[in-house]
Amino acid sequence: MRILVVEDDKDVAGFVVRGLKEAGHTVEHADNGRDGLFMAVSEKFDAVVLDRMLPGGIDGIKILETLRSQQNITPVLILSALADVNERVKGLKAGGDDYLTKPFAFAELLARVEALARRGKTEGPATKLTVEDLEMDLLSRQVKRAGQKIDLQPREFRLLEYLMRHAGQVVTRTMLLEGVWDYHFDPQTNVIDVHVSRLRQKVDKPFPVPLIQTIRNAGYTLRAERV
Amino acid sequence: MFPLFRSAGVRFAAIYAGLLAVSAAALALYLWWSTAGLLDRQTEAAIRADAQGLSERLADGGLRALVATVADRLAGNVDDDAIYLLADPAFLRLSGNLDHWPAAVREVGTFYELPVTRAGMRSLARVQSYDLPGGYHLLIGRDVVVRAQLRQLLTDALLWALVIVGAMATVGALVVRGLFRRTLSNVSATAIAIAGGDLAQRVTLSGRGDEFDQLAEVINDMLDRIGRLMEGVRQVSNAIAHDLRTPIARARTRLEDASLHAGTTAELHAAIERATADLDGIVAVFQALLRIAEIEAGSRRAAFGRIDLAAPLAGVAEMYEAVAEERGATLTADLPDRLPAFGDAALIQQAVANLVDNAVKFSPDGGSVSLTAQASARGLEIVVTDGGPGIPKDERSKAPQRFYRGEAARHTPGSGLGLSLVQAVAQLHGGQLRLEDAAPGLRAVLALPATGETGVV
Repeated sequence: MRILVVEDDKDVAGFVVRGLKEAGHTVEHADNGRDGLFMAVSEKFDAVVLDRMLPGGIDGIKILETLRSQQNITPVLILSALADVNERVKGLKAGGDDYLTKPFAFAELLARVEALARRGKTEGPATKLTVEDLEMDLLSRQVKRAGQKIDLQPREFRLLEYLMRHAGQVVTRTMLLEGVWDYHFDPQTNVIDVHVSRLRQKVDKPFPVPLIQTIRNAGYTLRAERV
Repeated sequence: MFPLFRSAGVRFAAIYAGLLAVSAAALALYLWWSTAGLLDRQTEAAIRADAQGLSERLADGGLRALVATVADRLAGNVDDDAIYLLADPAFLRLSGNLDHWPAAVREVGTFYELPVTRAGMRSLARVQSYDLPGGYHLLIGRDVVVRAQLRQLLTDALLWALVIVGAMATVGALVVRGLFRRTLSNVSATAIAIAGGDLAQRVTLSGRGDEFDQLAEVINDMLDRIGRLMEGVRQVSNAIAHDLRTPIARARTRLEDASLHAGTTAELHAAIERATADLDGIVAVFQALLRIAEIEAGSRRAAFGRIDLAAPLAGVAEMYEAVAEERGATLTADLPDRLPAFGDAALIQQAVANLVDNAVKFSPDGGSVSLTAQASARGLEIVVTDGGPGIPKDERSKAPQRFYRGEAARHTPGSGLGLSLVQAVAQLHGGQLRLEDAAPGLRAVLALPATGETGVV
């Protein structure tokens, strides 16, 4: 995927650009607001990683507002050192699709950027999700694996749905907290691990091939384990 | 403006003196008008009445009758204050008690006050002249020397009164200024002491409960709040200095140790990963601190609204049921269908999540944790009870302080900020966090007031 990184801090930018390239993406980088805005407007990207505070008179929010005013719907992930709720709300209101606070783990950034870039491509609302032999009917709210019905609690259903919608991608614990539970704070205990392990008991344990994989230092992904 | 008037005390005093002088002058003017003025008007009315009577006589009986009437009136004038003079067209005396026509009296219909000589006596008269048919002139007047003396007396008295009023205004102004200064000096002495670093100073109340006392109370409340905030800041900076030093030192040591002693790349990677995890922990602590500070600053009150806490609390229960189960404990939730409240649902949810998180963490194997909520007329009580070690009585007031970790909590993971956040959320909503003994275990009560009224943090 083609990703634009607008970030003035050399270390952070170098780290992000290198990481995204290693993950197989094409990356363009702008180190000030003016160039960032120019590139974002004139070229086509699958996602933009946008720092909030930039030199050159044009900050991240300004770029975002300009993009959105031109009906440009490229998904934008805002990077910011400003963590408080109001700032977050401001960023999302300006048209940001996701908001990540510095410092961040690269795995978190990668997972979120990929989720955003992919989201832009989904074709219409699906009524059925399928990953390998796992099937989820969103209308009848039924889950089957290898033709065998699996009973899930409502929350487990939503957790699995989130994983299936992001099948093949890494989803982090924070993404699950926000996407499944709508929590915007970090519970001290690893509650997500507990819930995922319960889901595994039902979805993976009775079957020979596990689908829910733990990605070390990152989160989880749903896919058949390739040996 | 004069530098003197930059003093508010002098300004108030001057306003006081000015107002007093103006009102005294108004009173004097009124007195003057209603006494001396009244006498003048009476004189003038008498002269007019005379003139009316005489003109009727003239119309009835001609000049002769007029002369006779004037003589009659002079003879019958008991007070001896009437003045008449009838003159021919050349202003030569025909009849009356004045020797000659006064030179000053020229215009008809105007009152003149002038000295006259009457029967050899100098006196003061108020007169008016009339033109009669045939070119004759008539002067009618009253001797006003007694009235003039009275008026003089009155004028003197009023002037003296004004002098006394002026003196009193000055004294009063000085008193006002003194009062003003004394009242303010109390406040300003306190402010100076506080600016100098003595935050314990407070404005003394006079005990009268007047406006100045109310002001002093407001200022004292403000100082109390500033004091609490300062204390909070001091605590936090101390806490940061002590509690964050340890993990930072640990991360630093790991990195230095790895760079000096790591034999293999794998060892190096492992050390860096552990140091990164340490730093993540530090960032998490910072985030928690900032969030508490954000809540305590009260800015989130702007987002307060009517909320139903039933679903958010059920969400917390659902989330932690699994966690409790994994630890061999059970979490039971007893929540009503509706829990109306006023505030920020996300914050209250986070606070309750912290309480439940604690309860599950400290619960022994096979123990049980309960989450209940009750709405009453007074407000909302959310109660989390566990069967863990609890918090000893003397530690309970300290537990919500930032970074405070009780003896029993030393060996469990945690930042020592969970209860601080709950407390901050409670206070933001005008409620409170109560820690009680569940015998055994801890009973944490998050009490929120019923209405939208919010207290001062």
